[in-house]
Amino acid sequence: MPDLLLELFSEEIPARMQAKAADDLRRMVTDKLVAEGLVYEGAKAFATPRRLALTVHGIPQRQSDLKEERRGPRVGGPDAAIQGFLKATGLARIEDAKIQTDPKKGDFYIALIEKPGRATIDVLAEVLPVIIRTFPWPKSMRWGERSAKSGSLSWVRPLHSIIATFGPETEDPDVVKFVVDGIEAGQTTHGHRFLAPAAISVRRFEDYEAKLKAAKVVLDAQARKDIILEDAKELAFAQGFELVEDQVLADEVAGLVEWPVALMGSFEKEYLSIPDEVIRATIRNNQKCFVVRDPKTGKLANKFILTANIEATDGGKVIISGNERVIHARLSDAKFFYETDLKTKLESRLPKFEQIVFHEKLGTQAERIKRIERLVAEIAPLVGADVEKAKRAAHLAKADLLTEVVGEFPELQGLMGKYYAQAQGEDASVAAASEDHYKPQGPADRVPTDQVSVAVALADKIDTLVGFWAIDEKPTGSKDPYALRRAALGVIRLIVDNALRLPILNVAKSALGGLPKKDDAQKLPDDLLAFFADRLKVQLRDQGARHDLVDAVFALGGQDDLLLVVRRVEALGKFLDTDDGKNLLAGTKRASNILAIEEKKDKRTFDGAPDAGLYALPEEKALAKAIDQVKSEAGAAVQKEDFAAAMSAMAKLRPAVDAFFDKVKVNDDEPKVRENRLKLLNEIRAATRAVADFSKIEG
Amino acid sequence: MDALPDHMRPERSFQGFILALQRFWAEQGCVILQPYDMEMGAGTFHPATTLRALGPKRWNAAYVQPSRRPKDGRYGENPNRMQHYYQFQVIMKPSPPNLQDLYLKSLAAIGIDSGVHDIRFVEDDWESPTLGAWGLGWECWCDGMEVSQFTYFQQVAGVECAPVSGELTYGLERLAMYVQGVDRVYDLNFNGREGADKVTYGDVFLQAEQEYSRHNFEHADTAMLFEQFRMAEDACKKYLAAGWREAGNQKEHLMALPAYDQCIKASHVFNLLDARGVISVTERQSYIMRVRELAKACGEAWVHTEAGRAV
Repeated sequence: MPDLLLELFSEEIPARMQAKAADDLRRMVTDKLVAEGLVYEGAKAFATPRRLALTVHGIPQRQSDLKEERRGPRVGGPDAAIQGFLKATGLARIEDAKIQTDPKKGDFYIALIEKPGRATIDVLAEVLPVIIRTFPWPKSMRWGERSAKSGSLSWVRPLHSIIATFGPETEDPDVVKFVVDGIEAGQTTHGHRFLAPAAISVRRFEDYEAKLKAAKVVLDAQARKDIILEDAKELAFAQGFELVEDQVLADEVAGLVEWPVALMGSFEKEYLSIPDEVIRATIRNNQKCFVVRDPKTGKLANKFILTANIEATDGGKVIISGNERVIHARLSDAKFFYETDLKTKLESRLPKFEQIVFHEKLGTQAERIKRIERLVAEIAPLVGADVEKAKRAAHLAKADLLTEVVGEFPELQGLMGKYYAQAQGEDASVAAASEDHYKPQGPADRVPTDQVSVAVALADKIDTLVGFWAIDEKPTGSKDPYALRRAALGVIRLIVDNALRLPILNVAKSALGGLPKKDDAQKLPDDLLAFFADRLKVQLRDQGARHDLVDAVFALGGQDDLLLVVRRVEALGKFLDTDDGKNLLAGTKRASNILAIEEKKDKRTFDGAPDAGLYALPEEKALAKAIDQVKSEAGAAVQKEDFAAAMSAMAKLRPAVDAFFDKVKVNDDEPKVRENRLKLLNEIRAATRAVADFSKIEG
Repeated sequence: MDALPDHMRPERSFQGFILALQRFWAEQGCVILQPYDMEMGAGTFHPATTLRALGPKRWNAAYVQPSRRPKDGRYGENPNRMQHYYQFQVIMKPSPPNLQDLYLKSLAAIGIDSGVHDIRFVEDDWESPTLGAWGLGWECWCDGMEVSQFTYFQQVAGVECAPVSGELTYGLERLAMYVQGVDRVYDLNFNGREGADKVTYGDVFLQAEQEYSRHNFEHADTAMLFEQFRMAEDACKKYLAAGWREAGNQKEHLMALPAYDQCIKASHVFNLLDARGVISVTERQSYIMRVRELAKACGEAWVHTEAGRAV
């Protein structure tokens, strides 16, 4: 079956847009094919800095013919109906219609409508221009002579030519004939801008890819990335170094070149006095180059690897020396920044924060730092941190935001703070907190374990959460401009991973006390706790736990000890995996359902202790006894925070519940007995609430 | 090139470098203009770009524009940062289909051979909040160094460009430093001569950098500048208001250029005030908005002038 080859050749497409554009092109073309009844075998899209390409193979030559029978009016029916039928079906005369006999209703006209399928190439000629005109570039532009008129084509950068061919493997394919904004689809493209700029005529994907390669264009971004990384590793290895691998950078560089050529340059050794991270940020962010390390020391070497887009006639000498000059200048700036920073103590930077607004309604950065210091003094004892160290750490933790290096490379915030704190002789835990109080930044980030860092990290995040909560800047839908979800998840992970006992409501209330605005102070903590519950659900679900179990635990109310919530959920999950657990859940649910129905019927609840004198059957007595026993055992276990033991105690309820439902008719004719039995059911529900609200558990 | 005396060669002299670019773009049909006689932050402010980019008429021009960035002054102590430097500006309306090729040929004309240099077009979208302008394009890299800005104007002075112009801006000193192989801008050979006849960039500009840095950061009269900003703003509005005429059933404007001069003036005065540190973060935004309003009103006036309107 025939294949489609499409190429859109343009001026340089931004690297960050290429992968998605290739994906969009594949999706749009194949969706349209399927919508036109053309099922294909496979499709693959590619992007380079100058082209988007797509191959779709195994597309039928034509759409299949459509046959449809349409039922018309009764034979001998009114003329208006027959005329309407002819018009609707396109039949010339009623004699062209078939007559079908229906045993009940008599004879009917039937029209056979045949809609012949169109040639795929014609369908393509119709749909491709539409796809090109409606292509979803994040930003697009107009250009040239045609931009004088409205309705001219918009593309990411000027589009120069289009290849569109369609045909079976064995023959020369045909050009899909269409024109977009004066560009006629054909079968010509160009090779590498500098190495092989001549026109190339192609027929199908296989020779397209091969001819491009001969013309110094590697079509596949993954292949370019592999070449970049392999060559870079080899260059580093040959000199006894090791490439600092950087997938994100490799992806970006793969989008900047059509013919990657890795080259190694060096910089003056004196720059190695700058922290490795600063060297790397300088070389990576500004110059898109890789750095290498010495495998013996693990420290950076004075080398870098650049990826050129050409095979230079001089072997790359000029390119290397040009890049070395730029990197020299950049590192010289970085060194100057770093050394300037070192001359100023972190605390002497702090007054400047009085001029910097953190948030219009939440005061200045200086005020925020004071709040964090105050809060950390309360949190420190709860997490086992030295209070003075924690306060000192909170005092200094943000100071590096005002340094030159962080101004230049915001991603180094915290890390530079640590270096500068170390350099001025701060305690190791205090210095580490500058970096670690920002952590964890996401589900995969490291969670700090040093108590000082933990205390400052918690204070920082809780201040942020409570602050934005208080001014009603909560996340909505996909909008979370202050990254509050991440902050809440950070608090959860800090608590759970470090097994901390932190009454989060108390801490939040205390944080609230330091804020400039204190309206609605009562409502806030509950609302915030619900937010934590939501984040915890997401977190546990990501780890494979059931979110309904989280609901079941939070439904108990007053659960602001996140560590205990997690432990309860874990124990509950294990218990529900056992037969005892499953059956007890079923029994409890049954009890709840019956109660719900009867409560509705009687318009009352069945609270209160059952009357032991009214028990008529042994199963009732046995259940009552089991409930009493479980209540006290499970209660005691929960007191000791031994949730596994609480669950084991709960398991003892199961045979009694099963036997009760087996033998006892709840809705006894005697109202007193019925009421008593309903009260007993209510007791089952109450007993299980020692660990969770079973009614919130699904299944 | 062979006919050129050595001291005129682009890799030998800064002035030869500029002349080579001018000659190249003259050959592409550009009118070679002289710098605009006002202080401005970038070549884009020149009416030959800002205003001529608007309207349907063809326009191809190239010129050097001294650019003043008061905040970038370093008292002559930084190897390549200055409060005054040169931009070479090319504008072609509509943007020709081979503008990238022309750009690469212009690099060849100043001695940058694409066989040994790694030349790249790296995404860089351009926006000027003060001019109410934006465009898409690239920063052009040569061996890892940004040497030019390449933009397809989409909107200027709040007016959609129809047709779109292509704009090229060369950072002349930086390019010349690269071509001459010097690390400090003041070491550039300006006239291509050697020995006693040699004049360097530092001979011409170092003292100016020192004096203007003092002026921009320490002494510029802020009371006067605040007043000048207001005056320029008022004058711009006044000239704009006075320039409108009814011509048949159409409106036309007779003073877009003088009005726009006052917009340029206001913009530069704002930059000076900014360098003096007397404009707070919140005020800053409002000053930028005020200049933009002037620029937009000038753009609107321009498209009702002889050179700016259709036919």
